Amino acid sequence: MTLVFGLFNYWVAMVLMMIGFYILIASGNLIKKIIGLNIFQTSVFILYISMGKIKGGAVPILTEGTEIYTNPLPHVLILTAIVVGVATTALALALVVRIKEAYGSIEEDDIHEKDGSL
Amino acid sequence: MLVATALSCIFVRDLFAVIMVFGLYSLLSAGFFLSLKAPDVALTEASIGAGIAPILMLGTLALTRKRSEPQPRAKKSLRSALLPLVVVSLTGVALIYATLDMPYFADPAAPIHNHVVPRYIEQSGQETGIPNIVTSILASYRGYDTLGEAFVIFAAGLGVLALLGFLSDGSGREYWQFEDTANLRHHAVLHVISKILIPLILLYALYVQFHGEYSPGGGFQAGVIFAVAFILYALVYGLEAAYKIMSPVVLRYMMVIGVLIYGGTGVLCLILGGHYLEYGVLSDYPKHGQHIGIILVELGVGVTVASVMMTLFFTFSGRAKRSVLKKQGVET
Amino acid sequence: MMSAIFANLPALQVILPLLFAPICFLLRKRGAAWLLAFCVSLCTFAVSIALFMQVSAAGPLSYAMGGWDPPWGIEYRVDSFNAPFLVLLSLMFCVTLAFSYKSVEKEIVQPRHALFYSAFMLCVAGLLGIVITGDAFNVFVFLEISSLSSYILISFGKDRRALTAAFQYLIMGTIGATFLLIGIGFIYMMTGTLNMADLAVRLPSVMDTHTVRAAFAFIIVGMSIKVALFPLHVWLPNAYGYAPSAASVFLAATSTKVSLYVLIRFTFTVFGAGFAFGAMPLQPILLVLAVTAVFVGSLSAIFQTNIKHVLAYSSVAQIGYMVIGFALASHAGLSAGILHMFNHAVMKGCLFLVAGCVFYRFRSARIEDFRGLGKTMPWTMGAFVVGGLGLIGMPLTAGFVSKWYLIMAALDHGFVGFLIIAAVLAGSLLAVAYVWRIVEVAYFQAPDEVHENGKEAPFILLVPAWFMALLTLYIGIDPSLVVGAAESAALSLLGSTP
Repeated sequence: MTLVFGLFNYWVAMVLMMIGFYILIASGNLIKKIIGLNIFQTSVFILYISMGKIKGGAVPILTEGTEIYTNPLPHVLILTAIVVGVATTALALALVVRIKEAYGSIEEDDIHEKDGSL
Repeated sequence: MLVATALSCIFVRDLFAVIMVFGLYSLLSAGFFLSLKAPDVALTEASIGAGIAPILMLGTLALTRKRSEPQPRAKKSLRSALLPLVVVSLTGVALIYATLDMPYFADPAAPIHNHVVPRYIEQSGQETGIPNIVTSILASYRGYDTLGEAFVIFAAGLGVLALLGFLSDGSGREYWQFEDTANLRHHAVLHVISKILIPLILLYALYVQFHGEYSPGGGFQAGVIFAVAFILYALVYGLEAAYKIMSPVVLRYMMVIGVLIYGGTGVLCLILGGHYLEYGVLSDYPKHGQHIGIILVELGVGVTVASVMMTLFFTFSGRAKRSVLKKQGVET
Repeated sequence: MMSAIFANLPALQVILPLLFAPICFLLRKRGAAWLLAFCVSLCTFAVSIALFMQVSAAGPLSYAMGGWDPPWGIEYRVDSFNAPFLVLLSLMFCVTLAFSYKSVEKEIVQPRHALFYSAFMLCVAGLLGIVITGDAFNVFVFLEISSLSSYILISFGKDRRALTAAFQYLIMGTIGATFLLIGIGFIYMMTGTLNMADLAVRLPSVMDTHTVRAAFAFIIVGMSIKVALFPLHVWLPNAYGYAPSAASVFLAATSTKVSLYVLIRFTFTVFGAGFAFGAMPLQPILLVLAVTAVFVGSLSAIFQTNIKHVLAYSSVAQIGYMVIGFALASHAGLSAGILHMFNHAVMKGCLFLVAGCVFYRFRSARIEDFRGLGKTMPWTMGAFVVGGLGLIGMPLTAGFVSKWYLIMAALDHGFVGFLIIAAVLAGSLLAVAYVWRIVEVAYFQAPDEVHENGKEAPFILLVPAWFMALLTLYIGIDPSLVVGAAESAALSLLGSTP
């Protein structure tokens, strides 16, 4: 039972990752792919933030009389990763716009039919 | 809840709805982060995942089209349908396998709570003089990562400009002189509300920027909030009015200035005889120097993020307008 | 002043291109952005040489970013494994820039030049940052800088397929980076540290856990995508094929090698060879995939119509050789793999430069365009022949040296070794086929009307191409310098295992 409770949070993150990853590779629509990518990444963030949690830990801002703080390092890493994620998303979306202009479609199959790419 | 929203992203066909659901998903995860005592991350995730990212996605949608085509099932072979499932299941098995030996959730005995981090928690107060530990690590101990992050954002701005900032016919003309077609600008109510709201948001952004040492927040979150205020302004008053206040050319300089404030702070430390980004040398008292350095680099991050986010918005919406005008046969 | 510069060389190595990239972005005048980038590349090269000398003389050096000692701060660590990579990257930075002045002018409209050079410098800085850092998470950050800027560089290509290629690369690259992030998360979870050296100390005690094994798998798979190891190579041919010539030269010569560097670094320095090749079945998996890559890559190369695609598929095959060397995990194998990473960078750089020259003249680089080039562009084709011989592995070229060492390394492995040798030889025969196809068209077919009055490529494009060709020959004739570097790199990797 402790196994289930102890790891439940991580399992949720894993399930979310799988859903995001599935959307990412299975869907044929380019925008949907990007959304899948975002869900995938966000779930990795959840994994990191979950590991930072500590029993009875306070928000990691130094205050008088607090002994236990939540681990701040994963927070820092994930702040960076969120920024990286949004940068990737913006670039991917810009590419989608250009692909639409060049091919008239954002469906993988249509584009593949036109000149065999993707 | 999170699982439900994520799952619905698979099944919903209407892209508009998918984006909305995704926004909801981000907001929920932000709430989750907050409950895990990570307010900085929650603030960022809320403003990015539920703010900027959906706006950009909607912008793209406006430029492409609304429905995700029903996939021609017949054409899809069994293999192409199965392959993603197999890959995902394999990954999933690996992920679950990995959890089996993990330290339990919130276990104080976990290695990450006992190595490296104790020093941040115990010493950062004396070493940097800043109560928010996240800010100290972000801007000082691991400041170099954050420098990289500022450059990633800069690269995204650069890439979007390269892809969308110029006409694809290669004439290279730039894009910000055309008729204003925003239809929100005649709503009196919106005007009044936004007149009150925008200054408040800007004020809040400044608060988040300069109070980041004491409370959650910092350059990154402030930059995003600032950009959101601006985007709101552009939505209500039209793009042209927004260009008047902050033209894309100015933004381009701001992008550069932002990253250079950060990088330059590091170079200044070098010149003063320290290591790169060793803020201690900026003042006679290392603690004071740390404080100056952190404020400077947070400012750099804020400027970069705000200007890149605005650039992204302008570029996407400018592109949308131009394609509308093109259809109408108007030569800009 | 001088001593201050020398003390901060590791930082300068990366921040020079990094900080000048945004300045470059603002330069609107024709040629200004190029000039700035070129000056920066020369400085970067000088820094990398100085670092190399320092390391060869005094051993590994560590630089604490922000003055915070590792593992609390981020550490830059230069040892005899990564110092040669820094030199290689900076060298390619210079050579590509020398080439790109004319080439970019032809392929990209003027107002976007500044953007191109700025993205290019970011890409270089990102790759240098990956190589030099001693911090696992910092690898991820700089990986993303270099990846984002390479997507941008590829999307500068004129063909619309450049866009889809960039998109596909973006999706796969981000999956790779996210896998890396997951892997780093797992090892962080088990050890509480992100510093590589510290990880190496703390990992052995938790080595026998599911989490660490999974972390290793995620890092390997994630980086294999970026390495373009078969079957994860699908992004590579189009990405290199449709990128602007200058970008394909640089990316083909460096980017997969840097990813392979990360793979080797994590395997040997962080996890340790004993774990990677003892507890995990890394060796058989990698060997099978690498040998398949050699065959699939070479065979596909034979059937391509565009020279850039021929070269790109050949890269898939050549990556196979490097991975074979790495998978043998012995001192000889590892040195052969590292050696081939250098030699292949030089040869592939040379060949893509030639492709760029042809593209410059004819605005396309299909095999038909090579008709009669032996007569009309003798110098260009001369460089091609040298590079091509290198790919095949003819004696007196760099390719021979690395294949020789690879075969020597395989001899120690009994029956498997013989299979590997057979694969290497068969791969070389296939390389003869695809190189010969082009040479035949160039020397034994008469040019058609379009190509009849083709002229030699401009001198300024030929200089970098011939520089690389001569380098190929030089390494082939006197390999002592490169072999020495590769051997001491392998030694430092194996020596540092706990």
